[in-house]
Amino acid sequence: MATCDKQPRAAALISGGLDSMLAAKVVLDQGVAVEGVNFFTGFCVEGHTHAIRRKDRAKEKRNNALWVAEQLNIKLHMVDVVEEYKDVVLNPKHGYGANLNPCLDCKIFMVKKTLAKDLVESGFDFVITGEVIGQRPKSQRLDTMPVIATESGANDRLLRPLTALNLPPTLPERAGWVDRNQLYGFHGRDRKPQMALAAQFGFEDYAQPAGGCCFLTDAKYSRKLSDLWRARAERDYELDDIMLLKVGRHIRPAPHYKLIIGREEGENNFLAGYRKRFVNLRASSHEGPLTLIDGSVGETDLQLAARIVARYSQGRDASEVQVDVCQPDGTKQRLLVAPLPPMELNPAWHVGAS
Amino acid sequence: MNATAATDTLDASGLLCPLPVIRVQDRIKGMASGEVLEVLATDPGTRHDIPAWCRVHGHQLVESKQNGERLRFRILVS
Repeated sequence: MATCDKQPRAAALISGGLDSMLAAKVVLDQGVAVEGVNFFTGFCVEGHTHAIRRKDRAKEKRNNALWVAEQLNIKLHMVDVVEEYKDVVLNPKHGYGANLNPCLDCKIFMVKKTLAKDLVESGFDFVITGEVIGQRPKSQRLDTMPVIATESGANDRLLRPLTALNLPPTLPERAGWVDRNQLYGFHGRDRKPQMALAAQFGFEDYAQPAGGCCFLTDAKYSRKLSDLWRARAERDYELDDIMLLKVGRHIRPAPHYKLIIGREEGENNFLAGYRKRFVNLRASSHEGPLTLIDGSVGETDLQLAARIVARYSQGRDASEVQVDVCQPDGTKQRLLVAPLPPMELNPAWHVGAS
Repeated sequence: MNATAATDTLDASGLLCPLPVIRVQDRIKGMASGEVLEVLATDPGTRHDIPAWCRVHGHQLVESKQNGERLRFRILVS
């Protein structure tokens, strides 16, 4: 930990959303040296998925955490925690929220990681988060605030500037590094106080992602992840697994394999990067999506997979469609199949559907 | 455009944002002021993110080029 004979040094968790931006700004304006920290877990909504779909590639993109850092004129430490984060997702001590979102364990992990000695050379004196009591049903409650502080090891070095007046004074307040009278007592789900404060600071163009910044809060995504674990009889994942869950139409005709079917050109291009790792299919007599097969398939499975692929091609109304099946080693087999009629495509095969 | 020779090259092709930026950040940690990092990437998001990261950390982006899907940046470490 740094000493405070000089100006105190704070780390602000920056998600790219409004609350963390405001929290950092409130402390910055008190003359504290603030640096941002942003974690890449693999489940982040922005970034990856924006780069995949063609309609999104056409838009001007920005990384919201970096954008916030620029607006605040602070450094931003971006940290790849994909491997370490697995334990948070697979074994959350405090369980999951409405979906596979381990929000409380996630916050504990991030605060703890921010204070870890290896993150930045000289360490931080305290951590700032944009938490607001009552804002989130799982992790941002009056009773969870001390849990995060204690279990992260931050204890009274964790300051929530937006809701601080609802909590006991922390070390930065008691030591006089931060003036408690200039902190806030926001609570509840109402966003108006944050929006008013944003207006006061002159922030207009901030990100407000509807479902938060994490795919694990998404019901459909969580069902796909559960399906992956069930099919493999193992609760584990690699970065590519969780990336592929963000892309394409997932259809599981049998427990031992599923199809990942590109929904548009951007997704087809993305899936093409996996052709050397998965059996892949594409109609060759008609335009159609690239499809990966995740799992082990026999000839009968391949026939059905080809019929499904044909059903999603421009040849869906043709009597026969030619489908090329490529093995990861490049060997190719050509199948002539009848596209699967829509009524034979069992709705239960759609992974992620409620 | 600056023709300063690259001290090191980072190939972030195939990585999607924010990973190219994270790799750049980690590589530059081990470089000295005045050295130049050449970065190769394919994610169009890097067109925005790498210059933004350089501005945030005070490094100088001395070159930014695109040839089809391939992007190339040169960063002068501050």
